[in-house]
Amino acid sequence: MLHRKNLITPLIGLVLAASAGVAAAQEQFVPLLSYRVGAYASGGSGIFGGYIDYMSYINMKEGGVNGVKLAWEECETEYNNSRGVECYERLKKKGGGAALVQPLSTGITYSLIDRVVVDKVPMVTLGYGRTDAADGRVFPWVFPMITTYWSQADAMVKFIAKKEGGDAKMKGKKLVHLYHDSAYGKEPIGVFQAYAKKLGYEFTAIAVPHPGNEQSSQWQQIRQIKPDYVILWGWGVMNPTAIKTAQRTGFPREKLIGVWWAGAEEDVIPAGAASKGYTTAAFNVSGDKLPLVQDIKKVVYAKGKGNMEDESRVGSVLHTRGIVHGIITVEAIRKAQEKYGKGKVMTGEQVRWGLENLNLDEARLKALNAAGFMPPLKMSCADHEGSGLVKFQTWDGNQWKVISDWITPDKKMLRDMIEESSTKFAKEKGITLRDCSKES
Amino acid sequence: MAFFIETLIGGLLSGVMYALVALGFVLIYKASGVFNFAQGALVFFAAATFVGLLETGLPFWLAIVATLAAMVVVGLATERFVLRPLVNQPQITLFMVTIGLTFFLEGLTQMIWGSQPRALDIGIEDVPVEWLIERFNISVSRFDVFAASVALVLFAVLAVFFQKTRIGRALRAVADDHQAAMSIGIPLQQIWGIVWAAAGFVALVAGIMWGARNGVQFALTFTALKALPVLILGGFESIPGAILGGLIIGAIEKLAEVYVGPMFGGGIESWVAYIVALMFLLVRPEGLFGEKHIDRV
Repeated sequence: MLHRKNLITPLIGLVLAASAGVAAAQEQFVPLLSYRVGAYASGGSGIFGGYIDYMSYINMKEGGVNGVKLAWEECETEYNNSRGVECYERLKKKGGGAALVQPLSTGITYSLIDRVVVDKVPMVTLGYGRTDAADGRVFPWVFPMITTYWSQADAMVKFIAKKEGGDAKMKGKKLVHLYHDSAYGKEPIGVFQAYAKKLGYEFTAIAVPHPGNEQSSQWQQIRQIKPDYVILWGWGVMNPTAIKTAQRTGFPREKLIGVWWAGAEEDVIPAGAASKGYTTAAFNVSGDKLPLVQDIKKVVYAKGKGNMEDESRVGSVLHTRGIVHGIITVEAIRKAQEKYGKGKVMTGEQVRWGLENLNLDEARLKALNAAGFMPPLKMSCADHEGSGLVKFQTWDGNQWKVISDWITPDKKMLRDMIEESSTKFAKEKGITLRDCSKES
Repeated sequence: MAFFIETLIGGLLSGVMYALVALGFVLIYKASGVFNFAQGALVFFAAATFVGLLETGLPFWLAIVATLAAMVVVGLATERFVLRPLVNQPQITLFMVTIGLTFFLEGLTQMIWGSQPRALDIGIEDVPVEWLIERFNISVSRFDVFAASVALVLFAVLAVFFQKTRIGRALRAVADDHQAAMSIGIPLQQIWGIVWAAAGFVALVAGIMWGARNGVQFALTFTALKALPVLILGGFESIPGAILGGLIIGAIEKLAEVYVGPMFGGGIESWVAYIVALMFLLVRPEGLFGEKHIDRV
């Protein structure tokens, strides 16, 4: 019953930290700024578990990336910004230098933005962080890949409009954005407002103060507004509390649409039967019957090398999201090796090239045993998002069921908004825009 | 008008939930003068242990008894290994040690029961009371009414315990004056052990109610933050103060969020409670029912 991993992981970390070099020759080092204890431990253990499982899978199945084994070390951040920076500083030069870093925290991401530029370490933020960092001309070392918050907000409006029978039916509808009162929760408001002007729906944003474990007044306001849909942009305990309070105030869960950080088993199980019918966005699919998950079980778990202590979580939303983190890391290194030498250890700068030239099309995803697992992705120097596609899933009381195809956001409108914001940032910071036409 | 009443009732019911957590603080402070920062962690430990035992297949009531036993063990161990060695140390030392105890309990709970959030179903559906909706268009949660009833019963039991039992009287004597109580033969350490065990029991009730409301997860430790303004307002040493403080804070924060919040962009209820408590502190530092301390100079 004792969760020994909680004790063993930091101990291993200490032992490894004491040794001079973590990664031996021909090992590509990946620092992991993980969190397995504290308030967000369930999220951290799921995602980092999936991330490590995929890297183990590549090492065990293929002997690494073209023979270069992946090596990693975890450093416990407890989702704390200062600890995240400390972990980054401790690990960035280990094993010949970090290939890339995935902080898995918007706060730590913001704290590292200036540092990764100096250290030349690409920072990948899948489904979090600042959206305008998708402009690679201004943020050359930051990669909010696959889908940003703005693309997600756009897809949510499109999803709702489709449910209602088209854009024209949105006129006069009421939409409430129930958000975590932080930069994260406020991030998509501009997109919802832009669409409110375009489609003619009434938009109200209601803030929930951290941590969000008491929301009766917010839901009383919602009951008074009588919205057609409520967007739930929550985090941690705020999510099950919102679902339960929706039930308490008689709001149908089918009309409650969550962000992907409100769309894991950890968000719905604590709310029990109240979660049935609740829908969320997602940028990858989940389930332990997926071919890639099955293969990881066969190659990694069958040999007792799996990272998840509770094997029933293998294939869960957070675990599969962790696998996506692994795919991005491995494929960026592989792409970099195509240019800079197969079988060689890549520097952060070379991996950045790999990221900017990554093209995970349907064929490549199929080759990775991951067809349909995540959206196709094509990166570039200017576009650090690469996809923008979003799916929707509904909790049926036992598991998540995918209920939509990949929804494409209005890329033109979003790109204009991104460039407006990023160029403003560049002006404030005195950043000269990269000329992507000169990048090879 | 119906909306105002609905908001007010919602606030009062939330306030009872806050008072439930505040009560654990009061019990320990009353008897030992220690501000137990670990009360939130005790709530988390109790709820996680209870759900964990239920998951092993233990029947509901047996799980309650076993968890209660675990809370008594934690309470007694805290007295024996944490507080007893620090007798006669400054208040700030005792406060700091409870901060350390918080981290220990949080880590221990996650080590034993894991970090996964869990559901807790105690058989009370969390839906609006139908006849209130139908007759007055007022939405009041059936679960919140149940939780408030449980809390009121708990308050009554504790009041009887303190007023009518021998141990209760001894507790009050210790609370009034440690040295005087010891001089007439009241065993201080035994009393502290009982108080910590009682606070563990209160934490269990609070953990079950909050856990059934929002799920059993680490965030239960944050319930302590909801109790702090209640304590400042009601007084650190008074059970009626905790109840009244809870009701006032609950009502004010909900009414403020709904009627004033939109002027500030919303999300004000967490700090409004502290502003109210601070303003009260300026006028009546000992709280509504707290004892006025007069020091000989």
